[in-house]
Amino acid sequence: MKTKIAIIGGGPAGLAAAIAAKEAGVEEVLIIERDRVLGGILNQCIHNGFGLHTFKEELTGPEYAARFIEKAKELNVEALLNTIVIDISRDKVITAMSAEKGVFTIEAEAIVLAMGCRERPRGALNTPGYRPAGIYSAGTAQRYVNIEGKMPGHDVVILGSGDIGLIMARRMTLEGAKVHAVAELMPYSGGLKRNIVQCLDDFDIPLKLSTTVVDIAGKDRVESVTLAKVDAKNKPIPGTEEIIKCDTLLLSCGLLPENELSSQMGVDLSPITGGPRVDESLETDIDGVFACGNVLHVHDLVDYVSKEATEAGEHAAEFVKGASKRDSEAAIGIETGNGVRYTVPVCIRKSRLRDLLTVRFRVGNVYKDPEICVYLGDKCIQRRKKQICAPGEMEQVILKKTDIEAMNSGETIRIAIENESK
Amino acid sequence: MKVNTVIIGAGVVGSSIARELSRFDVSIAVLERASDVCEGTSKANSGIVHAGFDAVPGTKKAYFNVRGSKKMEALSKELDFAYRRNGSIVLSFNKEDRPKLEELLKRGEANGVEGLKILSGDEIRKMEPNISDEVVEALYAPTGGIVCPFNLTIAMAENASVNGAKFFFNTEVTGIEKTSEGFKITTNGEEFLADTVINAAGVYADRIHNMVCSDKIKITARKGEYCLYDKKVGGTVSSTIFQLPGAYGKGVLVTPTVHGNLLIGPTATDTEDKEAVNTTAVGLDSLQATGGKSIKAVPFRSVITSFAGLRAHPEGDDFIIGESTVPGFFDAAGIESPGLSAAPAIGEFLAGEVAKKLSAKEKSDFKAARKGIPNVALASPEEKQRLVKENPMYANVICRCELVTEGEIVDAIKRPLGATTLDGVKRRTRAGMGRCQAGFCSPKTLEILARELNVPIESLTKHGPGSEFLSPHKSV
Repeated sequence: MKTKIAIIGGGPAGLAAAIAAKEAGVEEVLIIERDRVLGGILNQCIHNGFGLHTFKEELTGPEYAARFIEKAKELNVEALLNTIVIDISRDKVITAMSAEKGVFTIEAEAIVLAMGCRERPRGALNTPGYRPAGIYSAGTAQRYVNIEGKMPGHDVVILGSGDIGLIMARRMTLEGAKVHAVAELMPYSGGLKRNIVQCLDDFDIPLKLSTTVVDIAGKDRVESVTLAKVDAKNKPIPGTEEIIKCDTLLLSCGLLPENELSSQMGVDLSPITGGPRVDESLETDIDGVFACGNVLHVHDLVDYVSKEATEAGEHAAEFVKGASKRDSEAAIGIETGNGVRYTVPVCIRKSRLRDLLTVRFRVGNVYKDPEICVYLGDKCIQRRKKQICAPGEMEQVILKKTDIEAMNSGETIRIAIENESK
Repeated sequence: MKVNTVIIGAGVVGSSIARELSRFDVSIAVLERASDVCEGTSKANSGIVHAGFDAVPGTKKAYFNVRGSKKMEALSKELDFAYRRNGSIVLSFNKEDRPKLEELLKRGEANGVEGLKILSGDEIRKMEPNISDEVVEALYAPTGGIVCPFNLTIAMAENASVNGAKFFFNTEVTGIEKTSEGFKITTNGEEFLADTVINAAGVYADRIHNMVCSDKIKITARKGEYCLYDKKVGGTVSSTIFQLPGAYGKGVLVTPTVHGNLLIGPTATDTEDKEAVNTTAVGLDSLQATGGKSIKAVPFRSVITSFAGLRAHPEGDDFIIGESTVPGFFDAAGIESPGLSAAPAIGEFLAGEVAKKLSAKEKSDFKAARKGIPNVALASPEEKQRLVKENPMYANVICRCELVTEGEIVDAIKRPLGATTLDGVKRRTRAGMGRCQAGFCSPKTLEILARELNVPIESLTKHGPGSEFLSPHKSV
């Protein structure tokens, strides 16, 4: 089959991109989704807090997804469900497989990558100990509790303070489990402040910073875990061990963009985000291949995913309409200055800029009272004071087209954190 | 139950013996304390088919290794499991170690290993560009190979089962008594009466042997820890890379697995606790350091899991194979490395001995071939199409990382000696063996297991009773 824009993944990013592309006037927009329903991971996020930016109200995950799914239906966005993409070629031929259609191909003019991310498993942490039942990633536990209505266990320790782990600390408590502690390797949490307050503090669940799991006991089922403090190099400090009896260990130790398909097709990936390197149009180094949402970089709020994916959908639409081909114009690089781990996009082509461009990024540490600064060449054009910047929260700056157009050739853009209080 | 032969242990050795003995007109009961085949040492090892240059000529290790290694390729075709002859290399980091390399070469030649040669550092680096620059010389053995230890074991057990061997899982032998009617074997369940007993009990082979024989043996559990890396770094080396023993500790190898991952291990530490399959911080750290000597850079960030296995180390350093001092009681004990490579030959030998003892004849209806589970991930587009047409479940991907479908998982459950646990499905299909380590697929796999076995999902386990995944809701 053929389509104008193929969107890989029908979660929040894919849905928003499809809607935007359709609204921009592209007739054929096709979502390919491996699950039996659209909405992605939102379907298991039954807590509220979604949509504050997008809809100015607090929705649950399924409610937030439903708004987009209904909109997509209204616009007649086509979706192939229960369909797994097994390969994408550089010339945008997608090989997919489903029970209904068998193995088949889809030729697309543009592709939006929206495959989301997955959780870092225990194996990747190289945590010593036994390998019993009772060790779950927080998202897997969330699925058991919220979708299957099953309890993974009753005495819980959580390693990692990512948002899903924090949410699950509360969820397991509400289901009658005892959550003994949340241990976090870093000296700060990887999750949102509001989740620490609402999910841990409100339930008296201790957050143990600079702490990790150094042993897991129990041959068949988890019987206990040993926590220990870590030093500045994240090495466990002997003598600080604490054994906690429990039957369950949940892991919330980071999310990894799922770029197996992107990498197979040869998309240039950033070693920092694990996602594609994109330009101002969220276009990867392969013409007509765009990326958005958690496959591009891990977001903190779904509202930002929707916003970014809307942009990606619009750019893909421009591409298939022939309005936005990349020419030989040299790109202006965006450099990461002090404290900035990465930026999305990584470069800008002046001719394709809209009036305003949002550059999203994360910082590498906790900064108190810092200024977020934007330099064009040597000139600082923005200096915004913040109370706090933390790795768990995504930051952004907005660049004006008029400022960029005034730049001299050879100059780069730099974003940096400055003047934080020590 | 009354049978001709009881085999204790359904690891690679027990399964091989069962398969070979099922060629004969012999009634066989295989007793396994775990819930599945391949639950002990056989599931946690290097997956290497050793060429046979390491074992001292004249030993049982040498004989069975070389013979097993030579049988492996044909067996992999007959029983449909993954095997690849990728070659082995032993690295030397010091010119002065030349005699040690020559000693291995001589041993190999004496053992009948073909094609051995010593190559210079540059020649080796041409073959393996990621080998450390410090390597000065190396022994190359083109007949070394890699195998899927799970499916080697499962395939032999399945084939034995198809040919009439009965497997009893969750059945732990608690006593053996020689009576006038034969060996009376008590277990935590049923009692068995057998004319002959074969002891293939891995690290517990001493306990089983000593129940019957007055000449006691001792098997020490020698722990080996491993790190397994993502398939994206699976091409770091193409051969199996050993180091000369002594230079940087003993025996840490770097190898591709037959499924395309990279494996580094094992450590070697003796442990009193024969259940201690836990990894340790010290062990895992030392692996990175020691294995790291062989290659230019260890892809630390690409670890997807770590695990430990226990080798059954015998006191005399050699395999204990054959009829014991008690007539009718046979040992396959102390089968440490190169046990996996040797298993097909050990099975052949012991089956022959036992058949002779029982004056059993070969069956005319023995089914030698076994077809494995279709592998959708590796199938060509045409084969995929055919599979999906035959059964649409072959298009429903359950494990995304390894592209394992519902059809394959159902096969794994439905076939002879089918999977009843999540680990059982994993070892038969690779569902959950990929980079996300079952994060996405375990709920779905459990659902399929519950449906196909028609049991409540709460009763399902990772690897048998006690390892339940879910716990019942408590009333608040």
